[in-house]
Amino acid sequence: MAVCIAVIAKENYPLYIRSVPIQNELKFHYTVHTSLDVVEEKISAVGKAMADQRELYLGLLYPTEDYKVYGYVTNSKVKFVIVVDSSNTSLRDNEIRSMFRKLHNSFTDVMCNPFYNPGDTIQSKAFDSMVTAMMVQAS
Amino acid sequence: MEAHEEKPIIYTMENKPIVTCAGDQSLFTSLYTSLAQQLPREPMEWRRSYGRAPKMIHLEANFVQFKEELLPKDGNRALLTFPFLHIYWTDCCDTEMYKASVKDDMLRWQSTLRLHGSVDWLIVVVESEAKKKNKTNILPRTSIVDKIRNDFCNKQSDRCVVLSDPLKESSRSQDSWSSFLTKLRTLLLMSFTKNLGRFEDDMRTLREKRTEPGWSFCDYFMVQEELAFVFEMLQQFEDALVQYDELDALFTQYVLNFGAGDGANWLGSFCAPVKRWNGLLLRRPIDMEKRELIQRGEASLLDLRSYLFSRQCTLLIFLQRPWEVTQRALELLHNCVQELCLLEVSVVQGALDCWVFLSCLEVLHRIEGCCDRAQLEANCSHTVGLWTYATEKLKSLGYLCGLVAEKGPTSEDLNRTVDLLAGLGEERPETVNSLQSPYKKLNEALSSVEAFEKHYLELSHAAMEMYRAIGRMRSARLIGKSLAEFYMKKGDPERAEGFLDDSLRSYVAEGWSLQVTHTRKQMAECQKLLQQTEDYLQTSALLAGDANLTVEERKHFCQEILTFASQPPPGPQICFMAAFAQLRQMQFSPPGAVVHVGAALQLELRVRCLMPVAVKVEQLAATLHFSLEQGGARGRAGSAQRRTGQGPQGQGDGVVLFPQGSPLAGAGMGASLLPALELYEMQDRSPSDSSLNSTGVVCKNMHLLLRRHDSSASLDTPTRSSVTLSLLVALSFSLPPLSTLSVGRVQFVQSHIYPVVQYEVYSQEPQLTIEPLSDNLLAGIPQKVKFTIATGHYSVKKGDALQLSNTDSMPILHSSCCSATILSSTGERVGESALSIQSSEKVTSISLPPTPPYHTLEFQLEVLCHIPPTPFKPDIERLTNGEVRHRPKSHADRGMINIDQKVSIDCPWSIYSTLISLTFYVPFKAKHSILSAGKRKYIQVCLQNVSDTIFHLADPVLTDTHTSSLSHSLTHLFGSSLPQTVCSQQSVFCLWEMRWVERLPLCLQCAFSASFAPVSASDAHTAFKPYRYEFQLDRTLYSLKAEILPPSGDQHCRTGTLCGLEVSITRQAEPSETEGEEEESTEIEGLRTTKLMYEVVDNSSNWAVCGKSSGVVSMPVAASATHRVQMEVMPLFAGHLPFPNIKVFKYLPHSAVPAIQPDTDSCLENDTMSLLDKGLDDQGDTASIRSRGSVHSVGSGEQQRVLPMPRLEPFSPGQVFYLSQGRQVLVLPVTDDHVMEVNVT
Repeated sequence: MAVCIAVIAKENYPLYIRSVPIQNELKFHYTVHTSLDVVEEKISAVGKAMADQRELYLGLLYPTEDYKVYGYVTNSKVKFVIVVDSSNTSLRDNEIRSMFRKLHNSFTDVMCNPFYNPGDTIQSKAFDSMVTAMMVQAS
Repeated sequence: MEAHEEKPIIYTMENKPIVTCAGDQSLFTSLYTSLAQQLPREPMEWRRSYGRAPKMIHLEANFVQFKEELLPKDGNRALLTFPFLHIYWTDCCDTEMYKASVKDDMLRWQSTLRLHGSVDWLIVVVESEAKKKNKTNILPRTSIVDKIRNDFCNKQSDRCVVLSDPLKESSRSQDSWSSFLTKLRTLLLMSFTKNLGRFEDDMRTLREKRTEPGWSFCDYFMVQEELAFVFEMLQQFEDALVQYDELDALFTQYVLNFGAGDGANWLGSFCAPVKRWNGLLLRRPIDMEKRELIQRGEASLLDLRSYLFSRQCTLLIFLQRPWEVTQRALELLHNCVQELCLLEVSVVQGALDCWVFLSCLEVLHRIEGCCDRAQLEANCSHTVGLWTYATEKLKSLGYLCGLVAEKGPTSEDLNRTVDLLAGLGEERPETVNSLQSPYKKLNEALSSVEAFEKHYLELSHAAMEMYRAIGRMRSARLIGKSLAEFYMKKGDPERAEGFLDDSLRSYVAEGWSLQVTHTRKQMAECQKLLQQTEDYLQTSALLAGDANLTVEERKHFCQEILTFASQPPPGPQICFMAAFAQLRQMQFSPPGAVVHVGAALQLELRVRCLMPVAVKVEQLAATLHFSLEQGGARGRAGSAQRRTGQGPQGQGDGVVLFPQGSPLAGAGMGASLLPALELYEMQDRSPSDSSLNSTGVVCKNMHLLLRRHDSSASLDTPTRSSVTLSLLVALSFSLPPLSTLSVGRVQFVQSHIYPVVQYEVYSQEPQLTIEPLSDNLLAGIPQKVKFTIATGHYSVKKGDALQLSNTDSMPILHSSCCSATILSSTGERVGESALSIQSSEKVTSISLPPTPPYHTLEFQLEVLCHIPPTPFKPDIERLTNGEVRHRPKSHADRGMINIDQKVSIDCPWSIYSTLISLTFYVPFKAKHSILSAGKRKYIQVCLQNVSDTIFHLADPVLTDTHTSSLSHSLTHLFGSSLPQTVCSQQSVFCLWEMRWVERLPLCLQCAFSASFAPVSASDAHTAFKPYRYEFQLDRTLYSLKAEILPPSGDQHCRTGTLCGLEVSITRQAEPSETEGEEEESTEIEGLRTTKLMYEVVDNSSNWAVCGKSSGVVSMPVAASATHRVQMEVMPLFAGHLPFPNIKVFKYLPHSAVPAIQPDTDSCLENDTMSLLDKGLDDQGDTASIRSRGSVHSVGSGEQQRVLPMPRLEPFSPGQVFYLSQGRQVLVLPVTDDHVMEVNVT
């Protein structure tokens, strides 16, 4: 499934980022970071007035030769980015959407935790295991 | 038309559906122009099968001469060459001729059509007037048509159309044209629907067979493309595109299935190794070479994809959707790379890069070709992806072919280049002549290092510019970073630095630590090459403390610093400390961080070293910022409180914690401290009745609070060291904003510490305070007072003494040996030593024990304040102008009388004496009264204890102080002489009878005395202290009698009528010797007189005083001298009215010289005051008097400081006897009053 999942704060610093092939971690960080350009573009493309009805799912942010990067923005402008291997063709739009939904639910749980300080990096084990389940098992 | 070639040219956009023409060719030729013009003029609705939406179509046709070869044979499904309609033209109007030739011709035509199963035909009969005229023996004109209809169209009469006078401009001709055209269009569309429907059905059948073994994708491709061509021909580009998209999807699905292990045989041909990678070709509408390859089943995957995309591209551009081309192109390129990988097609290394590079540029060229510049610039976001992709590919080609290496390509690299170039083949004829074709670019770029650099930089900059233009700064920086890598490879760190710096800044700002580390590492390399020592050290320090790096890497960077540090000077290098070590905690000792000058302040710093290895720190220095605060009056306790309360991290125990920001986050996010909550009450009231709907608390600075304040996880570093700094402070208030750590030549500086940490150093003047030990000091008994000396900066030496000036009213009792306690500045008891007190007549000297500075010396002394014997006179005096003046003297609560005692003390540290005021309270209040019973007179004295202390009272005695004559005696009647206990607020009454022999003296000076001691006092003999109360009893001096006389001729007073008021003042007693001086008497013509002022006041407003109500009279100083005054008053009410009040005062004219105030003033000696003194006491109040006085004095020419105002003084109680006190007079209402006035009181 996904090879990299990132949660990025409103101010564009990573709250959580995990990728599966460890050796490519840096590349994924670069990819996710660059994808913020498109996320911002997509958010601003939707007019301010329409912001309420905006769909959270942003769709494919941009494809690269090897990966597809999908984006999702919560109402509080926290961004989710999922990177999927291009060769993985079994993932359709619907699957990606449901992954984002799951991610959002789990993120909401993290935020609901009274001991979590909003803005801190996410260290929740529940969140982590949920992300692990969505990622390709490292072979 | 016959002019057209035999085989219609397809593959150009000139394609039109074919319509054959049989019959009279010359006739058709004459009509062709107008027909071709008019056919597409009006759109026709095309209803379509399979629920597809109907469309309006402008029909066009290619009219061709009918030939049998044109008719499709069985099995040939070519649609483009398919004749959709067959028309037979004739202008025959002669039956004979029809029968002779035309009919046969038609029959032949019909049979040919039928043979090929074509049912789409039409017979056009052209009629013209001209022809009719020539043939006179013509049949009625319909007959030919009828005949034809009869012969050929047995049930389809609409297959035969008449066109009348087509070449004439008449309405009939117009009508027949339009009906003919409509018919033509309808039939064409019918034919389309039928034939296309059949074709589609066939196609679908073919597609369903795809699982069969012999099925070939290429064959199917050709079939479906035929359909696409037809749609294209009909200008239905959308439909045509759909056909290609379907093909695309089908192929993609096959590739995916192949990847999933479900391989189809026909895919084998696509798995052949890629031999040509000459990129997309988008300049032709149809790439025939590739099409033929597909047709022959020899196409490679890239060929098929290229061809498919070129067709899609062509259609999209027809549809005016160029931006979709770019988007699809990128997808295609990515997809192809993936597919080749999936199909495991062997590709020469770099070949795909070439293909992608060429394709990107080709697409971009194609787009540039169909859009103007402004459009292109506005749609950068669509093209930039391709630019970037091309850049990336060129870069990887450059690396592959050794064009980036500093040394240039090796022979192996050159071989590879040659292979790659070979795969490109020949340049296509379309671009041979253009200067900037993708082919030429690639060729050139791969040919030399310089050319590569030129092209690579050009592309990179173009992509970066575009990203910048559309605001994708991160993407632009990423390209910049890869440019930097390129420059570094080329050995050009100067140019790399800027890009790296830019990227690094943005990563730091956004808090992406991994990128920061990576970029910083590159930066370090760059700086090392550039020999920017300072920056390099700084970066190394940051990297050495970076948890994202491995320990080895960190050690390496740490070693770099240490190596540099161990090198000999010149000069220290200064770096920021945050990278090297963090200040974690500061602890002050003493915790309040407030010390006096000269004291030691210990400051413990806890610094965490971020280095991976132990580093020997040679020096640690802190710079202090000195700020002088002239807040001398501020107390020490207050300042300590302020200091601890100032920072959120400040704690009561003197510990200042610093936030755990890592250097990364600290640099990026600035202040990481949370601001304080700003909460406000919020109330929501309903607008109609302003009742409260809801209430709550609103946080105003939520955006600050809910913001992230520290991003990165805390770095766990091994070392943690604690340094204790002992600062001996020489001067005042300071705070340390700068601290420095040095390691060899390298100095790490922390520019400022946040939150601001400060300690305070104060300097204090020596101070002496004297305060009572109890709440109130009581007069009359010994009281303890506490002396406190805060030495401040003065050190009390041996022999220093306090000199107290003695006063009679307050002696200092020093019988008890007292000792002094010395306390340190923190309140600790340091020592105790005895005091020696020496007393002389004038001064009491207290020698102090030696005390160090900033210590406190405390001791207690006993003092006694004597109670003055006479009571205070009420401090109210009246001026003639009616002003009542109060003496501003504060009395203690519950009416205690206070006495201020001032003590003047000479301190050894000052040349000035200190004046300290102590307030004592008189514990008793005494009152006297005379009681009469018949001829007997009694004196009652009431003594009230107004203090909180319980006293024993003994020996109450009343004596006559003035005269010792036996003319009278006082007999104690009541009140025990034994000690009795008087509690707080309790009163003791004593009574004496007064007896006299001959005449009562005019004035009797009495003194009441008693002994008292507090119950708590242990020492009986010292305890009892005297209390004395002196008072004066006066005889009646004047008697005052008033009489109200009704108006003459009336028996009673009546309301509203004037009555006479006669006041007679009678002198009762002879003046005594002493009294003469006391009263202000003047000698007028040998008669001693004194001046009195009378005043009639009616407070109850029963009377209206008419005319003058007051006056001054001169009374002869002789017994029974009487003075009468007549006045007029008017009763205002009826009834028994009390007399108006009449008051008499002593009138002291201004000329009187009150140099020595007589005893009648009866004030305390030390409290003596006259109006003059009072004037000095409160300047503000007397100012008015003075100014008024000066007006007087100008008139009289006097310039004295004596107040030039006559004075009034009341008589002491008992001196004036009011005979008419309480008398009433009857007042009748006015008789003729009709209104009865009832006055109820």
